[in-house]
Amino acid sequence: MVSVHYFASIREKLALSAEQLELPLHVTTVSALVDYLVERHGAAWAEVLSKASVLVAVNQSVANYSAEIKDGDEIAFFPPVTGG
Amino acid sequence: MRSLKVSIQSEDFNIEEECLALRKGHKDIGALATFTGLVRELDSEIGDAKVSALFLEHYPGMTEKSLEEIAASADQRWPLLDVLIIHRIGELKAADQIVFVAVSSQHREAAFAACNYIMDFLKTSAPFWKKSRTADGEHWVEAKQSDVKATEKWAEDQQKR
Repeated sequence: MVSVHYFASIREKLALSAEQLELPLHVTTVSALVDYLVERHGAAWAEVLSKASVLVAVNQSVANYSAEIKDGDEIAFFPPVTGG
Repeated sequence: MRSLKVSIQSEDFNIEEECLALRKGHKDIGALATFTGLVRELDSEIGDAKVSALFLEHYPGMTEKSLEEIAASADQRWPLLDVLIIHRIGELKAADQIVFVAVSSQHREAAFAACNYIMDFLKTSAPFWKKSRTADGEHWVEAKQSDVKATEKWAEDQQKR
């Protein structure tokens, strides 16, 4: 089981803030997770999650789409940050 | 770094009280540099419309971790004593305080520089997102290239050392 979180404009576009997923064995990278999410939720998700500007974090550290993921991980997708 | 306090909160903060609390019991602080960020009513990047409200979202857990890492990185570059970072979340109005950074050190150069450094990286790497409300509706604030540029000067600065 992994937990996937969506923030800010990404959360709004997907109309989802978080979900818990049991991953198929072949889903071992962020990139494969995105493909799995698109398969699960529909093609509209591909457009939101495949933008070059989308940032990803694995276990609360900035990562990229080739990063490996495993059972128990927390993965988050969000747009460029705008605090301060 | 002797002490580090990071607070993500919806409540406002009192600058004077925060500074007094940071200094309490210490006689070795020679410099205390602070920065306060406020909500601007007019944002040229959004247009002429006045901002009636700003909504601040964050990533609980990662935001705190990110700010702690930024403070630790500043501590590697300058001899710091105490660091305080407060960032508000939720709904804010024009002229409200959003962010406060206070850095104490024995001498002002380290305190000024570290305060500036912490803000530069807070703006480009801490997971916060702003949405503004104007008469035209609500818009997510776009990240600025100038903020990214601001962090690059620290890499150049490091090479000169």
